[in-house]
Amino acid sequence: MKILQNIIDEHGFDRMLSRLAHEILERNQGIDNLAIIGIRTRGEFVAQRLAARIADIEGRSPDLGVLDITLYRDDVRQHLRQPEVRVTDITFDIADKHVILVDDVLFTGRTVRAALNALMDIGRTRSIQLVVLVDRGHRELPIRADFIGKNVTTSRGQEIRVRLREVDDIDAIDLVSIED
Amino acid sequence: MSSLSIQHLLGLQNVPKEDIALILDSTDSFLEILERPIKKVPTLQGKTVVNLFFENSTRTRISFELAERRLSADVVNFAASSSSVKKGETLLDTARNIEAMKVDMVVMRHSAAGAGHFLSERCTSKFINAGDGAHEHPTQALLDMCTIRQKHGTLEGLNVCIIGDIAHSRVARSNIYGLLSMGANVAVCGPPSMFPYDLEKLGVRMFTDIDQALQFSDVINVLRIQLERDAGAAFPSLREYHNAFGITRRRLDALGRDITVLHPGPINRGVEIESEVADGPYSVILPQVTNGVAIRMAVLFLIGTRAE
Repeated sequence: MKILQNIIDEHGFDRMLSRLAHEILERNQGIDNLAIIGIRTRGEFVAQRLAARIADIEGRSPDLGVLDITLYRDDVRQHLRQPEVRVTDITFDIADKHVILVDDVLFTGRTVRAALNALMDIGRTRSIQLVVLVDRGHRELPIRADFIGKNVTTSRGQEIRVRLREVDDIDAIDLVSIED
Repeated sequence: MSSLSIQHLLGLQNVPKEDIALILDSTDSFLEILERPIKKVPTLQGKTVVNLFFENSTRTRISFELAERRLSADVVNFAASSSSVKKGETLLDTARNIEAMKVDMVVMRHSAAGAGHFLSERCTSKFINAGDGAHEHPTQALLDMCTIRQKHGTLEGLNVCIIGDIAHSRVARSNIYGLLSMGANVAVCGPPSMFPYDLEKLGVRMFTDIDQALQFSDVINVLRIQLERDAGAAFPSLREYHNAFGITRRRLDALGRDITVLHPGPINRGVEIESEVADGPYSVILPQVTNGVAIRMAVLFLIGTRAE
């Protein structure tokens, strides 16, 4: 794996989160009925950061949850690989909430498809909006994000690597090559 | 590690510790699903599971069937009492015929020890043992371990005593293998006429005095006296068994500390366990039943989606 380009550094990361938090609040006119739900693993930490940022701005915290989509993946059935199943942790009722679904990178759209199915099994939300740090294109399903940190043009042999303080000791987003 | 090394779940003997830990660790995810308004996920959509029960069972079969349906598998039930077995068909022929109808997994209960092993070597489906004779009942032991872990946080170093008819019990055997793998100290207690001959080799302590056994234990797993399996031959009367080995509130209170009481069910109230204990604060009997569905979901998921 080779780093081709640093897309976002530590400071850029902070500014990006602040902008996304403001955009979410502006679109939803505050945090009444707002719930932030991150998709495991990295979406979980991005969701925590966004929720903290929103709490700074609004003076109170929105509901925060984590969604594990392993059981909804379409590649599990084909025996390609067996991802570790983790726990979904949503302790509030999502019925009639405006849910902000959070992931780090939007690529084929299959993860988001699985997350939408998972959410619908948990309850009937008022709306679901998608926020991602990076949209790298190459969609395989008709899915788009409502809030995007940055659009990055990529080729298939490249990957967007998101590193977060919580797991990687650093905040950074890089464009990397997975072909040698 | 997120994948099992085993292809079938036939027993817990010789199953690596990592596999047992993976199944136990995965169970929380499925417990969470059982708390949802819609208790169903699409994971095993398009997979067909046959519940092949050559021996009667109510709770294990219902538990497996719920687990299968909650993972969206297609489920077919087979009960030997109303089947071609009655007409003289062999076990292998029955299994091959069902398999020819394109099933993916078979959950089997049979009165003969090793029936699952026998078929798994001759068929292409994945097998899950739901009890084979006096041999093993792995999902029961897994749900017992899961319940113990929920309460104590770990199995490592815990003192667990299995009480009752050890020799005839597949639940005891699977528990002994599983608990030893996971680092628990295992003991058994009962009339010596109900001990199997190979216990010492496994490193299991033996008690014939119930109060000594309780002193030793953080957790007790009270087995049902299997009246239908001629267990009565090993002791003079049920009343005598109750007096010598019955778990009573008085005995537990005398310990002056907490102790966890499991029972695989169904309970013979007033024989191996008093109602006051079964329904009392030490008991985790109903959580065991709930965990049973989750653990079976975990096993079906891990076996059914295992990367080839």
